[in-house]
Amino acid sequence: MVPYTDNERRELSTMKPQALILHANGINRDIETAAALEKAGAEADTVHLNQLREGGVKWNDYQILVIPGGFSYADALGGGKLMALEMNVYFADQVREFVESGKPVLGICNGFQALVKSGILPGSVRLKPAKAAPKGKAKGKSKPKAKAKPAAAPKIKLSPPIRATLTFNESGKFECRWVHLKPVSQKCIWTQELEELVYCPVAHGEGRFVLKDSKSLNTLRAGDMVALTYVNPDGSPAGGEYPINPNGSLADIAGICNDKGNVLGLMPHPEDHIHQWQHPRFGRGEAGELGLALYENGVFYAEEM
Amino acid sequence: MRTDAIWPVHTLVVRTLLKSDPTAEALLSDAHALGLKSVRKIERELLYFLEGKLAPAEREQLRTELLTDPIVQTGAWRDKPAKAPAGAFVIEVALRPGVTDPVAEEIVRCAQMLDIKGVQRAATGTRYIIRGALSPKQRTMLARRLLANDVIQRFTIGQIEPVFPHPAESSGQVERLPIRKLDDRSLSKLNAARLAALDPEEMRAIQAWYIEEDRDPTDVEFEMIAQTWSEHCGHKTFKADITVAGEEETIEGLLDTYIRAATDEVRAGWVRSAFVDNAGIIDFDGGNEVSFKVETHNHPSAIEPFGGANTGTGGVIRDILGVSAKPIASTDVLCFGPADANPDKLPEGVLHPRRIRSGVVAGIQDYGNKIGIPTVSGAIWYDPAYTANPLVYCGCVGIAPKGKHVRSPKPGDHIILLGGKTGRDGLRGATFSSMTMDAKTGEVSGASVQIGDPITEKGLIEVIVRARNKGLYHAVTDCGAGGLSSAVGEMGSRIGFDVELREVPLKYAGLAPWEIWLSEAQERMVLAVPTDKLVELRKICKIFDVSLTDIGRFTNDKRAIVRYNGITVLDLENHFLHEGQPVRKLKAVLPKPVETKAADAPRRPKVDNNAVLLKLLAHPNIATKAETIHVYDYEVQAGTSVKPLTGIENDGPSDAVVLVPAGAKGSKGIVLSVGFNPEIGKVDPYRMALSVIDEAVRNAVAVGANPDRISLLDNFCFGDPLRPEVLGTLVAACRGCYDAALTFKLPFISGKDSLNNEYIGSDGRKQAIPPSLLISGIGIVDDVFDIVTMDLKAEGSTVYLIGETRDEMGGSHFHLVQGGGAGEPAPDLPAFAPALYRCLHTAIRKGLVLSCHDLSEGGLAVAAAEMCIAGRLGMLLDLDDDDTTLALFGESNSRFLVEVESSNAIAFETCFTGGMGNFARRLGNTVPGRRLTISTIDETLLSISVDDMVKAWKGNVK
Repeated sequence: MVPYTDNERRELSTMKPQALILHANGINRDIETAAALEKAGAEADTVHLNQLREGGVKWNDYQILVIPGGFSYADALGGGKLMALEMNVYFADQVREFVESGKPVLGICNGFQALVKSGILPGSVRLKPAKAAPKGKAKGKSKPKAKAKPAAAPKIKLSPPIRATLTFNESGKFECRWVHLKPVSQKCIWTQELEELVYCPVAHGEGRFVLKDSKSLNTLRAGDMVALTYVNPDGSPAGGEYPINPNGSLADIAGICNDKGNVLGLMPHPEDHIHQWQHPRFGRGEAGELGLALYENGVFYAEEM
Repeated sequence: MRTDAIWPVHTLVVRTLLKSDPTAEALLSDAHALGLKSVRKIERELLYFLEGKLAPAEREQLRTELLTDPIVQTGAWRDKPAKAPAGAFVIEVALRPGVTDPVAEEIVRCAQMLDIKGVQRAATGTRYIIRGALSPKQRTMLARRLLANDVIQRFTIGQIEPVFPHPAESSGQVERLPIRKLDDRSLSKLNAARLAALDPEEMRAIQAWYIEEDRDPTDVEFEMIAQTWSEHCGHKTFKADITVAGEEETIEGLLDTYIRAATDEVRAGWVRSAFVDNAGIIDFDGGNEVSFKVETHNHPSAIEPFGGANTGTGGVIRDILGVSAKPIASTDVLCFGPADANPDKLPEGVLHPRRIRSGVVAGIQDYGNKIGIPTVSGAIWYDPAYTANPLVYCGCVGIAPKGKHVRSPKPGDHIILLGGKTGRDGLRGATFSSMTMDAKTGEVSGASVQIGDPITEKGLIEVIVRARNKGLYHAVTDCGAGGLSSAVGEMGSRIGFDVELREVPLKYAGLAPWEIWLSEAQERMVLAVPTDKLVELRKICKIFDVSLTDIGRFTNDKRAIVRYNGITVLDLENHFLHEGQPVRKLKAVLPKPVETKAADAPRRPKVDNNAVLLKLLAHPNIATKAETIHVYDYEVQAGTSVKPLTGIENDGPSDAVVLVPAGAKGSKGIVLSVGFNPEIGKVDPYRMALSVIDEAVRNAVAVGANPDRISLLDNFCFGDPLRPEVLGTLVAACRGCYDAALTFKLPFISGKDSLNNEYIGSDGRKQAIPPSLLISGIGIVDDVFDIVTMDLKAEGSTVYLIGETRDEMGGSHFHLVQGGGAGEPAPDLPAFAPALYRCLHTAIRKGLVLSCHDLSEGGLAVAAAEMCIAGRLGMLLDLDDDDTTLALFGESNSRFLVEVESSNAIAFETCFTGGMGNFARRLGNTVPGRRLTISTIDETLLSISVDDMVKAWKGNVK
C-alpha cells in the first residue's frame, strides 16, 4: 500500500468527526474515552470546563460531545450533581444548541449522572426551553447502511414529565464488575442496529436508575428511550437479579436516551472494552462483544451528519 | 460544644425516600456484632449547616436545587430544636474543627454559582435515629465505637451544634531551645517533650554542633533535625552498625550489606534507578520507564482506619508523581486481627478488626476510585497479632517517557509548592488525639489524622504530567513524612535554599512556623522551577484549579534557610543536617530456626483430607477476597488485562495481574505480583524471606512474566529494633533477601521499613508483630497475547506438578488450621528454581500451557481446588507419595500446577531441559463432572465436588 502523503493525511483527518470531551476536576476516564473515540474514527479533544469558560474553544467545531466518567467535584452532594450545575449555569446555551442540533452526545457513568441531573436527559429538573434556540440540522440524515430508516421520532407529550435520577446502588457498595448490556433503543443513534450484546465493566457507587413514578417507565418505553439494559450472557433480562443487574436499577435500565435519540447516558464503560485483551476471559480465548461498537455507531452517525 | 457562628445558622435535614438504606442496615449489623443486640433499627439523615443571611426563596432554592435530589430525598429546614421521634433516640455526628470538609466547601462555592451570595460558611453532619432499649452508657458506646471516630469526628446524643472553618493566619511564634547548657537527663527530657524520638548520642551531637555555633536552636531547627534524622526519613536502623551475637563481623548497615548489595551484584541492565528516587524505576519498552513504590501506613490506620488508608494510598501515589511518572495502578496488602474477635477482650482504645477492615478498605476504595487509578493487586491476611497493630501496605505503579524525570534543582530556581493547604495534619498525632477538643481547639490543634482529598491530588497528576512533558521544572518531590522540611530539605541538600513560610496557604489559624515547616498535610508537591518557566506552569495550574505558591529559591550556599515574615527562623548547614547524624549501634540475636526435620520425628497421622481442604478453603487468608476486590475500581484507565479475579465465572484468584499501559507501544504488559507469608516468619524469618521472594517471582512467572526480567520491592514491618531478638529476625530476613535475590539474579529497586510495630499481648507485655516482609514483584510479559490464567480450561487435559515437594511444613496453613507442626522446618528455596522457571516460561511462550497456578498456602490441594473453582471443571490426580498429608498440604516453594492439552504433552515436557524434566511430573487429567479427586494407587485421598469447594471458599469472609 502506498503511504498517505502529509497533505492527504491532513485532508483525511479533517474529515474525521471532532469530539469534544469535557474535563472537570475529578473526571478520570477521559483518556480511555478519547482512545475509544479515536479508535472508532473520531478525533478527540479533551477540554477542561475552566478552559471552556475562558472562551477560545468553539463548540461549533465539534460534532460529538462526550462527558466521561469519574468523580467530578468528588461527587459532593450526589454523583454528577455539581457537574450538572456547572453545565447549567455556564454552558446551558451551548449544550442546548448541541443537543437540539441532533449531534451525538454521550454521557458515561458520571457523565450520565450529570446529563440526568442537568435535565438534558429526563431527570430531576427540566431543561428550560430555549428562548430562541437555533434550529438544528434536525432529524439527521439516516445512515446509509441502515436497512430501515428509523422513523422520525414521534413527538411525545411528556405529560407527566419523566422524573428520574441515579442514586446509590442497592447493595450499598461501589461495584466494579463486568456486565452484559443489551442495546434496546432503535431511536438512539448510539445503540440502533447493534445486534451483539456489549460486554464491559461498571464501576460506580451511584448507578441505580430510579423513576419518580411508574408512569414514567411506560413513557420511556413507549418513546423507545430505554437504550441499554442489563442482561444475562444469553441476552435474557436480568430481572433485577444481582449482580447481573449490578445496582438495582429499575427495569434493569443501564442507559437511556432523549426523545430525539441523539443523547445517550449510560452507567457502564464501553470504552474499557475496545481491545480483545481487555476481555476478562481473554485468557480463555473468549473475544467479542466489544464496547467499541457503540462508539463506532456514534462516530459513524456524526460522519454522516 | 457551642457553635462559633457569627451569622444565622440554617440547618437542613435530608432523609431518603427510598425504602431501604443499605448503609444504615450495615451499621445495624455492625452494632449487633459489637454486642449491642438491643438496637432494633438505625435510620440515617444528612445534615447541612449553612451560615449566613438567607431569604426564604433562597433557602427554598438551595433545598431543591442543590442540597436534595427530589426524586429520592426529602429535606426540611430545622428551625426549632428537633426532638427525637417517640421511642427513639438521636445521635448526631459532625467533623472536628480543622478537619477538611470538601462537601461544605462545595456548598459555599455552588451557592455563589446560584447567585445566592448570603452563604458565608458551611458544615456537614449525620443524624442517626436509633430504636432499641439502650442505657446511656450503651448509647455512648454505640456512638464512639461505630458512628463517630473520635479522632476526626465529634458526636452529641441529641442535637449537635456546627463548627465552621475560620480564616487562617499563622501564630508566627518561634521558641528558642536552650540546648547548650543541658545535661544528659535534660537532653532526654527535651527529646521526649518534643516527641523527637532521637537517640541520646544524637541529642549530644546536636548539642555539640550548637556549642560550636555558639547559639541555641530555634524550635524550627530542632524539629527539622529530628525529622531529617528520624527512623522514617533517615532509616537509621537500616543504616546502623549491628553486632550479631556469636558473629565477629559487624554489619555496617542492613541496607548496604544485603539489599543494595544484592542489586549491585545482580547488575540488571534494565534498572534505571534503585534506592535513589522516591520510587524504583525500570525500563519498560525502550521508550518508556515504569516506576513502582510501596509504602506502609500502619499506625494512622489503627487510629483512623479510613483516613489512614486513604492518605496512605494518596501518599504513595505522590511518590510516583515524585519521579515524574503518571500513576497507572495501585496495590494494597492488608493485615488485620480476626474478624470474629471478641469485642469485650480488645485492649483499651483499640478498634474492632471488623471496623478497621471496613474503614481501611473504604479508605483505599475512596482514594483510588476517585483519583482514577485502578486498584489491581493485593492480599489480605488475618492474625490475632495484627488486632492492635494492623498493617496497611500501599503501592503505586507509574509510567513515564524515558529520561523525562529530572532531579537536579539549580541555584536560583523557585521553590514552588503545589496543591492543598497546610494544616497540623500528621503533626504529633499522639498528643493531639488525646487532647480534649472544644470549639477553640480548631485554632490550636487541628486534627492529627486527615481525610485525603483525591480530587486535589488528581489535579496534581494533571499538572505534573504536563509540566514534565514541557520541561517546566528541574526537580520534583512529594510532601510526605516530614512535609516541606523533608521535601525542600532533600531537594536542596546539595545546594541550599531560602524559604519564606508566610506565603504557605493554611487550612486554619494558629500554626507556628515549625508546624508549617513540618506539617504532613496531604496532596502537596514541591517543584524547582526556573524563572522563565513560571508563567507557563501557572497557566497549567489555573486550568486544573491547582494552587501554586512561590515559597522561595534554591541557593548555592549549602545552607538551609527558613524565614517567617522576613525573620530567619532556621539557619542550618547542609553538611551537619545531612551528614551529622551519628551512626546507630545496635545488637542482634539471631533466631534459631529448625533446618531439617528430626530423623526420628513421628509419621504424620492420617487426617480427613476432605475436611481439611474445606477448612483451608474457608480460612480467611485463603478464601475469596471478591467482596473487597469488587469495591475497588480495577478497570479505570482501561489497561487491566489479567484481572485480580479470573476464570469462567470471573471469580478465580489470579496469581498476578497484567497491565497494558495506555500510550505504550506494542502489546507489552506489566506484571504485578505479591509474596507475603508472616506465618513462615514466625518459624523462620530467613526462610520467610526466601519464600516470599520465590512467591512473588513464581506468581509473576505463572501468568507469563519473563523470569529473568522481574524486579523486587521489599517492605519490612517488624517490631522494635532496639530489642536484640527482634533485630535478629530483621537481620535474618535481610540475609534471606540477599540470598534469594542472588539465586534468581533479580534486583531490588525500592524498599521501605516500618519498625516499632508492637502491641500489648494477653500477658500485658509488649510483643512484636510477626516478622512481616512484603515482596512486591514487577515483571514484563513481552506480548500480552501470551498470558496464562489459573482457571482450568478444558476437559481431558494433562495436569503436571512442576517442582519438588519436600518435608518442610513449618509455618504451613495445614498446621494453622489443624494445630501441631512445632519443630518442623519452614520451606527452603531450591537451587533449581531459576532454571525451572525458565523452562516453564519457554513452554508458556510456545503456547503450550492452558492454565498455570502457583502452589502456596494450603499446598497442592488448595491450588488444585482453586483451579477447579475458577474453571468450574473437575480434576483427577494420582499421587505416589508415602506421606500423603505432605503431598497434599505441604507448602514447599517453587511449585506450580500446569494444565496442558494432552496432544501437547510431549512438546511441553521437552521444554524442561537440563535435568529439569525430573521436576515436571504428570499427575493426572482434567475431567468432566465438576469434582476434584486425588488418589494414591491404594485409596482415594480426597474427593469433593466443585460446588462444595465454591461454597467453602466463598462462605463467610470478605
